Amino acid sequence: MSAATPAGRRRWIGATGIASLAIALAFLAAWEFAVGAFAVPSYIVPAPSRILAAFQRGIERQIYWPHLQATIEAMVVGYAIGTSLGIVLGALIAEFRTVERIVYPYIVSLQSLPKIALAPLFVMWFGYGLTSKVVTVALICFFPLVVNTITGLLSAQRDRLDMVRTMTATRWQLFWHVKLPSAAGHIFAGLQVAVVLSLIGALVAEFVGADRGLGNLIQISQGNMDTPGVFAVLVILAVIGMAATGAVRFVHRRVVFWESHRAGPHASDLS
Amino acid sequence: MARADAHAPQQSPDPARGGIRIRGLAVDYQTPQGVLRAVDGVDLDVAPGAFVAILGPSGCGKSTILRVLAGLQRPAAGDAAIGGAAVVGPRRDIGVVFQDPTLLPWKTVFQNVCLPGRIMGLPRAGYEARARELLALVGLGDFAGYYPGQLSGGMRQRVGIARGLLHDPAVLLMDEPFGALDAMTREQMNMEILRIWAATGKTVVFITHSISEAALLSDRIVVLSPRPGRVIEIIENALARPRTMDMMATPEFGRMTGHLRGLFNVAGALE
Ligand SMILES: Nc1ncnc2c1ncn2[C@@H]1O[C@H](COP(=O)(O)OP(=O)(O)O)[C@@H](O)[C@H]1O
Ligand SMILES: [Mg+2]
Repeated sequence: MSAATPAGRRRWIGATGIASLAIALAFLAAWEFAVGAFAVPSYIVPAPSRILAAFQRGIERQIYWPHLQATIEAMVVGYAIGTSLGIVLGALIAEFRTVERIVYPYIVSLQSLPKIALAPLFVMWFGYGLTSKVVTVALICFFPLVVNTITGLLSAQRDRLDMVRTMTATRWQLFWHVKLPSAAGHIFAGLQVAVVLSLIGALVAEFVGADRGLGNLIQISQGNMDTPGVFAVLVILAVIGMAATGAVRFVHRRVVFWESHRAGPHASDLS
Repeated sequence: MARADAHAPQQSPDPARGGIRIRGLAVDYQTPQGVLRAVDGVDLDVAPGAFVAILGPSGCGKSTILRVLAGLQRPAAGDAAIGGAAVVGPRRDIGVVFQDPTLLPWKTVFQNVCLPGRIMGLPRAGYEARARELLALVGLGDFAGYYPGQLSGGMRQRVGIARGLLHDPAVLLMDEPFGALDAMTREQMNMEILRIWAATGKTVVFITHSISEAALLSDRIVVLSPRPGRVIEIIENALARPRTMDMMATPEFGRMTGHLRGLFNVAGALE
């Protein structure tokens, strides 16, 4: 029964895909035209063609690569650390009453703190290198995973737990065979939210102070009044964001295959 | 490999194995409105290898009695013993089938059936061979690699039954196992459970709120009245074995179901 949909579904996505592409092209064409027609100066809003030219120039001069590398490195390392710690702490809170009593109040109160505001502190503490960025990204990725892991583990159905209990399951076996798979969908929803947050975190940390990164590049271009250059970096950031989100979504669908429908993030994750 | 058939289906030769004895059983639930006595003063004896039906309208404590036998619920008073040993928690000589088959959607049919063996740490070659035999026994030999989401309700319940039998328990506890199935599948499953019972020699406690299902399947019918659940009558079922669907048209069957219906009318709880 689940095998019946893909072909028809893909064709349908193909049709809508063409429609969205057409809308994007129409938008770019209107932008190009409007900038020319109203003589908007390039340092305010550059035409798409100017942005493309700036991008090509950047590639020729090979300015992007070191910055791209620095930003992605901060994202990936910070994401890996922050999400892993978040999942582990979430699991400890969900599984152990004592941990919950001691730690959970802090999690709740810290959650409302805009973590990004700590980035300047981290730069002061850890300098302009990779470390301060990684810490910022890890901190911002941490909370959605804590919250979603707890929610997910507590969402395990009572009947399923009871059934496996009747097999004389130990606590660890209940966790491994029932609770963790029940939580997988929630955990991946958290991982998707964290991907976007990790890019934001890396970028803000670079704005605040870093020796390299796409955030730096935006500031350098801004300093030179190179608006097309800023837009070119924005395009790169959009591509990174989409690629990273797509990658997580791909893994999500593969791992949590039994919930293939509705893989979107939960409303509560938008911290 | 020498022990590969250690868990092959077998009759239970030991008469002490699989007998059930319940004395003065009372179970309380904590509710926001206070303590609710769900079951009160229930006595019950089941001989090894017998097929007993527990019959009563919804909410009269049938599942509660089963949860006590499965070691999931602690009594407020009285006790239950299986095979001469008091039930203090889940144990290996019991197999359980709930109304909802509660299969784990992230495991294949085969992995679901194998789960009790895995949880109990039985020799793997043994339980895997037995899982294949049991899947064949319930007519699902070709569906071992399917996921529960790909099966119909009747097929899923068969998987649940195969799983309940995997570790060769002396007692099979079934809580309205066919309640969610359509009438035709239900009749078919009734005949199937009788066949499996005859082939394996288990003690079966079969909970149902269907008068005709109880009369068709069981050796004895334990009739419960609601609020709190009490035994109002225990009826020896004299219908000959093997049972067939045709027996439902006999005067004997009609007399028995008529009597049962009368009991519920007196108790003020029509089905
Ligand atoms: N976990 C629970 N908490 C509170 N009340 C419960 C709980 N489980 C069952 N009950 C109550 O106990 C009574 C018996 O329930 P149950 O054993 O499920 O009946 P049955 O299986 O015959 O329908 C009902 O009144 C039900 O509302
Ligand atoms: Mg019930």
